[in-house]
Amino acid sequence: MNHSISLTVNGARRDFVLDDPRVTLLDLLRERLHLTGTKKGCDRGQCGACTILVDGKRINSCLALAISHDGADILTIEGLARGDQLHPVQAAFIAHDGFQCGFCTPGQIMSAIGMIREGQAGNDPERVRECMSGNLCRCGAYVGIVDAVLEAQGQMDETNQRRSA
Amino acid sequence: MKPFDYVRPATVTEAVAAAAQPGAVFLAAGTNLLDLMKGGISRPDRLVDVTRLDGLDQIETLADGSLRIGALVRNADLAHDADFARSYPAVAEALLSGASAQLRNAATVGGNLLQRTRCAYFYDTASRCNKRAPGSGCDALQGENRGHAVLGWSESCIATHPSDFCVPLVALDAIVEIEGRGGRREVTLDELHRLPGDAPERETVLEPGDLIVAVRLPPAARGFAAHARYLKVRERTSYAFAVVSAAAALRIENGRIAQARLALGGVAAKPWRARAAEDVLKGVAPTADAFQEAALRALEGAKPSGDNAFKIELARRIVVRALTLAAAGTPARIPALPASPFASTSGALHV
Repeated sequence: MNHSISLTVNGARRDFVLDDPRVTLLDLLRERLHLTGTKKGCDRGQCGACTILVDGKRINSCLALAISHDGADILTIEGLARGDQLHPVQAAFIAHDGFQCGFCTPGQIMSAIGMIREGQAGNDPERVRECMSGNLCRCGAYVGIVDAVLEAQGQMDETNQRRSA
Repeated sequence: MKPFDYVRPATVTEAVAAAAQPGAVFLAAGTNLLDLMKGGISRPDRLVDVTRLDGLDQIETLADGSLRIGALVRNADLAHDADFARSYPAVAEALLSGASAQLRNAATVGGNLLQRTRCAYFYDTASRCNKRAPGSGCDALQGENRGHAVLGWSESCIATHPSDFCVPLVALDAIVEIEGRGGRREVTLDELHRLPGDAPERETVLEPGDLIVAVRLPPAARGFAAHARYLKVRERTSYAFAVVSAAAALRIENGRIAQARLALGGVAAKPWRARAAEDVLKGVAPTADAFQEAALRALEGAKPSGDNAFKIELARRIVVRALTLAAAGTPARIPALPASPFASTSGALHV
């Protein structure tokens, strides 16, 4: 049986007909929309490489059935930059060497954006490490990742303060 | 993954009827179920998606002072609810010590209760496992079993229940509301999970079609807010299941323990309520000696199921430490950073 769903992906409405309910959000993004920035690492919810924002919250897209997320608003790594202008978290990852091979990076960045929105870590590196523990980096770039997240969070806080002032 | 039919019922009654069919299972977030399906451990014919059912995602205080948590409330939303964390701090700590932020954003209250064991032999379909394939045997008994049960296990199964959330819940007398083919009923959380005995494939008292619709904390559960902690020992700082954990909650009046609640995680096929330990703490001063005695009582009857004798002594020490932390008082910032002995900073942040 075919199932029709619609999603908003990086601001654009997309309609799909699913001929098989087994499709995850991860596979839908990669195979149907060719948005391959979201990575398939373990495919079992253990590595965080597939992290995306769904309705503003970070989740593992490998453990989310697309059919169950009809109507969802999805943000992926491809939806962050405005032309050549990188998102503050993207820029901070470059500035702080927050990666080596880069495979985990889209998931790290999406997770960091989700974490900053959650607002639980503050400026405490220990809390950032705890809040980012769902994203593994086998190159071991964690020191740079934590620095990048802290810097980007500070910039985004400042921007928000300017906007509200 | 085996193909399946997908249905999305509009009402709880429809959901119960759909899931009562052989081969049908409920789908909430799917954070555990999809993992099991990808590995071929769970092979359902039909998924009954309950995520759109109305009214199951509320946190509400009832007239009698109970707290009713809808089964579809997300783990993160519950842990970060300020009123909830203030009233039930050990539960918030337990929630935030489980899984990762991404998983907690998706995983539901009902799903957490019904998650399956992480026993590696249960997950490995080439291994014998009485839980996955009843009657096939248990390869964990002679395998890598240092993480397995030390209480309530049987020769059929030595797996543990992996939930952190359930540990303080069982200590606080949580009640599980169930909608089934015969209507609404409720059981205590302590009654929900079964010990393996000779039927480890029957993990709960739920019948086909039974849907957990809410978890309720009785009015007395609020009385422990000033002295409640969840302590979890893991093999890495974060994002790991408990080797051993403990939830301790005390009501202290005039320097004496008026009432104590204690439960252990990672030691049995269910969250393990330690009532004998609670009894010896009632009416005594919160001293190290009292906590040592409680720890001995809590592990009465414990025996290794393999290379895991260390867990018995570890559990005693965790009981003492959790009680000591609870007696010292709930930290001002709740949820505290979840417990880890390997954190780079010690003291107030980590327990």
